[in-house]
Amino acid sequence: MRTGQTLRTVGFYAALLLFCAFAIFPAAWMLITAFKRNADLYDPANNPFLFNLPPTLSHIGFLFTETNYPVFLWNSLFIGVIVVAITLVLAVPAAYSLARLMGHWGEHSSIAIFLVYLIPPTLLFIPLYEVVTLLDLANTVWSLILVYPTITVPFCTWLLLSFFRSIPREIEEAALTDGWSRVGVFFRVALPLAIPGITTCVVFAFALSLSDYIYAAVFVSSTGSRTVSAGVPTELIRGDIYYWQALMAATAIVGLPLAVVYGLLFDWLVKGFQVELPRSPRA
Amino acid sequence: MRNEEGFGGRREGYGKPPQREARIGIADRDGVVGAIMLAPAVIYVIALVAVPFFLAIALSLSEATVGNPTIQQFVGLDNFISVVYDAAFMFALRNSIIITVATLVLLTILTILQVELLARDFPGKRLAQILLILPWAMPVALAAVGWLWLLDSEFSPIDWIIRAVGLLGPGTMLGPANNLFYLGREWLGIGAVVTINVWRTLPLSTIIVMAGRTAIPGELFEQAELDGAGYFRVLFQITLPALAILLIVAILFTVLVIFGDMTVVALTTRGGPGYTTEILPYWAYLKGIQGGALSQGAAIALFLFPVLLAVSILALRMAYRGQE
Repeated sequence: MRTGQTLRTVGFYAALLLFCAFAIFPAAWMLITAFKRNADLYDPANNPFLFNLPPTLSHIGFLFTETNYPVFLWNSLFIGVIVVAITLVLAVPAAYSLARLMGHWGEHSSIAIFLVYLIPPTLLFIPLYEVVTLLDLANTVWSLILVYPTITVPFCTWLLLSFFRSIPREIEEAALTDGWSRVGVFFRVALPLAIPGITTCVVFAFALSLSDYIYAAVFVSSTGSRTVSAGVPTELIRGDIYYWQALMAATAIVGLPLAVVYGLLFDWLVKGFQVELPRSPRA
Repeated sequence: MRNEEGFGGRREGYGKPPQREARIGIADRDGVVGAIMLAPAVIYVIALVAVPFFLAIALSLSEATVGNPTIQQFVGLDNFISVVYDAAFMFALRNSIIITVATLVLLTILTILQVELLARDFPGKRLAQILLILPWAMPVALAAVGWLWLLDSEFSPIDWIIRAVGLLGPGTMLGPANNLFYLGREWLGIGAVVTINVWRTLPLSTIIVMAGRTAIPGELFEQAELDGAGYFRVLFQITLPALAILLIVAILFTVLVIFGDMTVVALTTRGGPGYTTEILPYWAYLKGIQGGALSQGAAIALFLFPVLLAVSILALRMAYRGQE
């Protein structure tokens, strides 16, 4: 009995360790690379996981002073924040409206919303390229701010629609009979209850706008308007020359802090998805 | 448990006569408020998803190029016919399907395992969550560049490990070359793309399935333990049936992400060597934007749509059936 328990614990930690190793192996490799000297990095005889020569900060210095990385970071942050704001302004009221105000027709619409989410950027980038050119937004961050909500709005509406639906109707009806207006009920009753779903939407919308590559690569060709995703590969891979240390530093600087934030929000994100699935509505 | 709730709620909902709401007058006002709240999202989606979608269809039937992007002359199905006869297209179609299916199979198994691990409480759980979500926190394009370096033809640390244990290099099992050239060989390249896809989508599918796992009432597990059911009986008879719907949704998301995205291939194998690791989205990009043939690019991208539609309808129907 006892040995069985011990064996199970050992097996559990061994499996956990394997999963963690798989998840962080590339990141660990990036971190080591970022601080390596060229002579150390390009010697195949050296152990790649050790600093055979003393580590250096020069490549990170190069990244911040000789490249447009700070501009890319700023553009990504700027775009991300505005896209999150637009997404919430469009998706939250739309989801509430469909869940509560538009009757059975609205409650049945989750599949329709899902079908919109189903149309991927790869299908739309060519016509949207024309739209962006027509609006004279090509090569600006505004082209990306305009199109990213096409990915985030359907998804967040779908997620929030289910979330609002799972809030018991009685709470809102009680508030209505107390004399509150529908708008008042939305802001004071429904919104606070939907905070886990809204948090998930914020994280999801930000992550999506940050990691999009196709729109960023197609719509923007001037360096000054590029995002991290499209800018780093083009700026730090010049023909056959790969600035490996700077590339790895550029990735780790974005990825590691976000991993900590998302990791700490893990339970919230799980709660955000704890909603009813697309299905027949419950009144 | 969730099912019973659903049934109860639904019966109540259908039983409520709609006239009652109308008589109170709330329905009318709600309709107006609802329309105002819904309109901005609907207008946006029509303008930037629906219109461009039909524009894509119009483009695919035209002769438009990057140089002359206006849709003037319609050429019928010519674009579709000419792209299908391209050798690269066939590779792209084949690889898109292989990569998506392989990713799904691996992802389903690993998601179940990872969810089972995280369902327990253990010291250091928060740290584990941060480590396990890391692949999702890295923007895909940057992560792909990281993998490009990880799979470098000369300096891959994976090769170094295999050499260190004596399996690679002159006179060994995997030799005689000192490297495996992951991105320079057809099947190793496809395998690399699948690995990267699994790596980056595992955190999200874990979160989605985790949401369902924590919703399973604890009494079910306690009862099973009292009955003396072993770990695998609990897994196959309680956990997995309860998770089935969530798994389908997680899988559906993954299909959409993997099948419709070109980032990983664009930044690692670039479809090579030759066209052996080409996929549909990247081929549409190369043809439509790089090659300037907008109409053909649109035609290639449209081949994604029926597959996505079929998979989604199938998954949603299964999800519904699971609820009935």
